[in-house]
Amino acid sequence: MTNQVTNILISGVGGQGILLASEILSEVLMLAGFDVKKNEIHGMSQRGGSVVSHIRYGKKVYSSIIPEGQADVLLGFELLETYRCLPLVRQGGSVLTNNLQIFPPPVTLGKETYPEDIPAKISAAFPDTTLVDGLRLAAEAGNPRTVNTVLLGALSKRVDIDDTCWQQTLQKMVPKKYLEENIKAFNLGRSL
Amino acid sequence: MKRAILSGNEAIARGAYEAGVRVASAYPGTPSTEILENMVQYPTIDASWAPNEKVALEVGIGASFGDGRALVAMKHVGVNVAADPLFTLSYTGVKGGLVLAVADDPELHSSQNEQDSRNYAKFAKIPMFEPADSQEALTFTRIAFETSEQFDTPVMLRTTTRISHSKSVVSLQEQVTGLPEPSLEKNPAKFVMLPSNARKRHPLVEERLLKMEEWACQQPFNRVEKVAGKIGVITAGVSYQYAREALPDADILKLGLVYPLPKQLIRDFAANYDTLYVIEELDLFIEEQVRAMGIEVKGKEVFSICGELTPGRVEQSLSGKPSEAYFSHSEPLPSRPPSMCPGCPHRSVFHSLNRLKAFVTGDIGCYTLGFMEPLAAMDTCICMGASIGNATGLSKLLSAENQRKVVAVIGDSTFLHTGINGLMDMVYNSSASTVVILDNRITAMTGRQENPASGYTLMGADSYRIDLEQLCRAVGVKHVQVVDPYKVEATRKVLKQEMERAEVSVVIARRACMLVKRDPVARKPAFTVDSDRCTGCRACLKLGCPAIEWRSSAAGKGVAHINGLFCVGCGLCQQVCSFDAMGVSND
Ligand SMILES: Cc1ncc(C[n+]2csc(CCOP(=O)(O)OP(=O)(O)O)c2C)c(N)n1
Repeated sequence: MTNQVTNILISGVGGQGILLASEILSEVLMLAGFDVKKNEIHGMSQRGGSVVSHIRYGKKVYSSIIPEGQADVLLGFELLETYRCLPLVRQGGSVLTNNLQIFPPPVTLGKETYPEDIPAKISAAFPDTTLVDGLRLAAEAGNPRTVNTVLLGALSKRVDIDDTCWQQTLQKMVPKKYLEENIKAFNLGRSL
Repeated sequence: MKRAILSGNEAIARGAYEAGVRVASAYPGTPSTEILENMVQYPTIDASWAPNEKVALEVGIGASFGDGRALVAMKHVGVNVAADPLFTLSYTGVKGGLVLAVADDPELHSSQNEQDSRNYAKFAKIPMFEPADSQEALTFTRIAFETSEQFDTPVMLRTTTRISHSKSVVSLQEQVTGLPEPSLEKNPAKFVMLPSNARKRHPLVEERLLKMEEWACQQPFNRVEKVAGKIGVITAGVSYQYAREALPDADILKLGLVYPLPKQLIRDFAANYDTLYVIEELDLFIEEQVRAMGIEVKGKEVFSICGELTPGRVEQSLSGKPSEAYFSHSEPLPSRPPSMCPGCPHRSVFHSLNRLKAFVTGDIGCYTLGFMEPLAAMDTCICMGASIGNATGLSKLLSAENQRKVVAVIGDSTFLHTGINGLMDMVYNSSASTVVILDNRITAMTGRQENPASGYTLMGADSYRIDLEQLCRAVGVKHVQVVDPYKVEATRKVLKQEMERAEVSVVIARRACMLVKRDPVARKPAFTVDSDRCTGCRACLKLGCPAIEWRSSAAGKGVAHINGLFCVGCGLCQQVCSFDAMGVSND
């Protein structure tokens, strides 16, 4: 029997809520009965640096790091960080990216330049690319800080798992105060 | 059976709870910090932050001698600080089990070096377990306590960043019962290590290792996985997972105990293969010992001694070919280094030190980011507490004029960790430097842990907040000033004045971290830029604030723009703008 492992990569900028999103995702996968491993680096990377989270699931998962070039799905929270991670995605993989630019300090200081036309470059290499207007949908959900949940909603369509698992996990992991807007945000992303 | 998805650190905390640990002590350090943070949920454990790792281990030793199980946690470099008690604890042994959890950081994700802690186990002659996932982190923690008591030895439990911070599925057990009640027992021959007693303990330490070496050959945590019988691999920890990915057909001897090695088991295993690899990160710790047994293996001539392994790196090392990615970039990408948060109280101090052209002996914390452009005001960084001694040593060589430029910069947690000793020396031996203590009330770098100057404990109880001014005066500093770093000009004036003084002086820059957990700092309304007033002079960019972006303008020089989602309204940019272009918008 083959051991099919699915690899999801989430990338973005420290402070964008990537850790919470990947936390929810891995809980959902465990609830659905899979073996799950999740990996990311805390520490320095949180202070506005690049952040990458690996999530792998299947019958049995060994390494928590996705073998290079084998990500099936890339969810990017920021255009440059999505673009940066493309070499980790397999041919024919799916890319979902938030349509947002955050300029890193070297760009602001004029020492390096932010690449142009990133969405076009991504979809040229990966036909299955979805551009998500995260900020607009988050505002629609009632709070611009729910972008991560919108994106998680968009990702949920690529993962074959029952809606109730998602809803149950959101209920459990999102603080009551913010639950309603996050459910809204999730559903907006999921219906893309 | 209850299942949960836990990080390695959460699993160690859970394992400690299940093992009936009574006392846990640590000093924070990535990637070990969450072990103690996760102890707080277990009411049977007294968990606390110590001011440094040496104290943490000494607290653990005290509890062990009183027959309670104790867990002490730290990052790899923390063991350097705790090494003194550790090496003698090896001689005394324990009463209640004592486990030292140490987290290494191959690849230096968040550290100043990538030393390999396994060498400490060998050096101190104590056993070391190394889990390969969260389930093993939990199970090995439990076994480590039993082992500690069975062999009368402290036990190290080593993780690496990818184990500490990876989450995987574990099953939870009940807490053990029937552990002895704590007691006071006098036993000087065992607990008082002066030469005549210690001399008698040393042979016991050597015997203990030999016994464990034999015992380890029969234990399930050292196991052989037979697959195709052609290639053999000896491995441990996270490297096991990569070996399994890269060599699905290999037979593997997976070690759970990396010191002492189960020599007979290794001999028996090795005899079956013409090709035998040792796959391990960092030092050739296993490889060297296996070679010393007269067994031929391939190891560091194939796999790098620097950095961490990954599935891809293992595969590439084995095949000798670079892996081919489907996509590769055709242009250079801008880097995205971490930077101080918007509203960080450290920012203006470095902005001032840069303008004052100081030579800054630095230290370790969030403020180490002050070395980066555009603040670029940190010139050394060695280890925690080093800034003050470094400034003293440097000043001994310099002309009076150059001496004035030397400023030591250190955070509150780091100052109380090991900085205070340097300050004693500075005063005692009449140095003339300036010390800046960045008092943000918290240990921010590692994720906002409480320290003795915070006013709170790990468990959230109120506690005495060390008076840093009084402490500095008590060691003999005559000139101690407190500034609010949100006041840019006032801060710079005081720094300049104290730098010019030919005596030791301390400037305490006091302002709470934006992220303190207890009584958090409220964000203020975001600032906006009046683009008609902005002349494009770029003075605000010198603050290195992530909320300030640069946009092109009709005039060509560009204008500043403030990202309202990031700005917390600290107002530094308004103070450095000569054209009054920064304001709070009304809408
Ligand atoms: C011996 C040792 N222990 C722990 C660490 C991890 N560590 C790095 S900086 C730091 C503390 C920083 O706190 P503080 O000095 O208050 O500065 P802040 O980050 O709050 O600016 C710690 C615990 C280390 N590098 N070395």
